[in-house]
Amino acid sequence: MSEVFVITSGKGGVGKTTTTANLGAGLAIMEKKVVLVDADIGLRNLDVVMGLENRIVFDMIDVIEGNCRLKQALIKDKRYPTLHLLPSAQTKDKDAVSPEQMKKLCAELREEFDYVIIDCPAGIEQGFKNAIAGADKAIVVTTPEISAVRDADRIIGLLEANEIRDPLLILNRIRVNMVKRGDMMTLEDVTEVLAIDVLGIVPDDESIVVSTNKGEPAVADKSSFAGQAFRDICRRINGETVPLMDLDQQNGFMSKIKKMFVRG
Amino acid sequence: MDFLKNFFSRKPQSGNVAKDRLKLVLIHDRANCNTDLLEMMKNDIMQVIAKYMDIDEAAGMDINISQTTDDDNKTVPVLYANIPIKNLRKKKQ
Repeated sequence: MSEVFVITSGKGGVGKTTTTANLGAGLAIMEKKVVLVDADIGLRNLDVVMGLENRIVFDMIDVIEGNCRLKQALIKDKRYPTLHLLPSAQTKDKDAVSPEQMKKLCAELREEFDYVIIDCPAGIEQGFKNAIAGADKAIVVTTPEISAVRDADRIIGLLEANEIRDPLLILNRIRVNMVKRGDMMTLEDVTEVLAIDVLGIVPDDESIVVSTNKGEPAVADKSSFAGQAFRDICRRINGETVPLMDLDQQNGFMSKIKKMFVRG
Repeated sequence: MDFLKNFFSRKPQSGNVAKDRLKLVLIHDRANCNTDLLEMMKNDIMQVIAKYMDIDEAAGMDINISQTTDDDNKTVPVLYANIPIKNLRKKKQ
């Protein structure tokens, strides 16, 4: 049974593309057949985050307009044999695609893959409508900031209006020290307000910036804290029960000892 | 140390401030209402009630949208209007 997920948030810059890339790579590591679809037409980004920008020949618009076959546009990620990317077009705009065309595309992709993961553009206009058109389930990414949570609430309402029920939440970029100080909203605060189920929490982690710089998803980096969070999320998507990670482990016993040596 | 700092300072923690502000903003967002709309509604309601009763206009009218739970324990928005009345029977003018 294949599933089509859309990764959405409303607000830009909360980590949709990073989440998409990491879930894709994480599920591919688990030997699932995955295709990532960049639905952000005109602002292509998933290719660079994945490190596949030099391998694009055809894009989604070429497929939709019939300039090439779907298989020709899919980029195979050599690091993860079961992972594919359908890049978005950089030169067209969002009106180049209709929701019906996206539905057809998703229907075609689900024949081939276990998971179709769509990276939704920011905003609630045409690009959003296209991205959610063919999706069964939605993953809402937000950060513990008022603006991001407010937009997430709006998105949850719009998803429901489009009959995508029970979206799942990923709370991204949590800063444990700020939460402890009381200077950042907690997961409980956010879920109390949004009233949806939690798929995962991801700490704010410098390794994400480093991995994006290199075009290598952090999920494959065993030493990355955020990578661990994404590995957990992938296992949950796959049906396993995995407890939410303890974000405070960075300040645990071992790292305190490490710090003592660094200071000395 | 943070605990002591919080204990001695009266400043509310900014995380809680954020949560409270967020809740308020969402109540309005979800009700599809903004403050202008509430103000217009308030004036209309006052006019209607003033036709039948004597309203204490000096005391002012308090109107807001908040949340309550219905019979199934689901949270639903509710419109509260607090209208001080001077006299239940309108004086003939």
